Amino acid sequence: MIRKLSILAVIAVIAAPSLSWAGDPARDSILADYAAQAGKADAAFSTFSVKRGETLFRTKWASGDPRTPSCTSCHTDNPRNTGQNAKTGRPIDPVAVSVNASRFTNRDDVEKQFGRDCKSVLGRACTALEKGDYITFMAGQ
Amino acid sequence: MIMRYTLILAALVAAASPALADGWAPKITDPLVQKECGSCHMAFQPAFLPARSWDRMMNELDNHFGEDATLSADKVSAIRAYLMANAGDVKQQGVARKYMRWVAPDGTPQSITENPAFLRKHRFPDRVWQDPKVVTKSNCLACHTQADIGNYDDD
Repeated sequence: MIRKLSILAVIAVIAAPSLSWAGDPARDSILADYAAQAGKADAAFSTFSVKRGETLFRTKWASGDPRTPSCTSCHTDNPRNTGQNAKTGRPIDPVAVSVNASRFTNRDDVEKQFGRDCKSVLGRACTALEKGDYITFMAGQ
Repeated sequence: MIMRYTLILAALVAAASPALADGWAPKITDPLVQKECGSCHMAFQPAFLPARSWDRMMNELDNHFGEDATLSADKVSAIRAYLMANAGDVKQQGVARKYMRWVAPDGTPQSITENPAFLRKHRFPDRVWQDPKVVTKSNCLACHTQADIGNYDDD
């Protein structure tokens, strides 16, 4: 009995930190799809980049809606903050995964939001590379 | 005598109750409507527009007040059905009674904030509208903190 419990304890100790490190399976699967698309678009693609994701997030594009020159126009400079829709005033839940674990876990919602927001901020659709970089940045935030 | 006081008291309670005053709209009970219509702005209760307005709005989501708000066809049809079944001219409850009065018989208005019933209750100086928490006239929740559940009686 004690032996069984101690085995369970060992499993718990090993599993707990790895669970907190592992990404959400749904998010991982969305990222894997974007990676496949990015690889198709450019044979030189290797992995998504936190740094490129952050640059995408902070760049003032000036090619979309003037009310939303940048992702930060609604999401603030800190993605862990609650944001505010610059057009409607509606509060926006944080984008950072550390404070909002459900972010980027529903494929339809992710595609819908990139579709709307890329058009509004960049004035064009985002590439699979950009979407993957963005999620990768937010997953570490 | 006691009976009479009880009746007066009941009348006072009724007058103070938001459900019986006219600044309310039946709240949205459909989770899909709540989610999709509430993803960029507060989901407006269908009582504010007639059914034909909602029908038109669901046909024009590619240019929804200047935004691309397109959704999959199955979602569009489910949302359309709910909005039309609960529209102001169908249910005629709460705010609908006032708002529908100003809608032309064949009109398909889209902006709730242009309805005279809205305008006459919102005559504020520019500085009120320019408050950063307001952003736009359609941001009900900036002032009506329970607007999302259809209570607009806190003015």
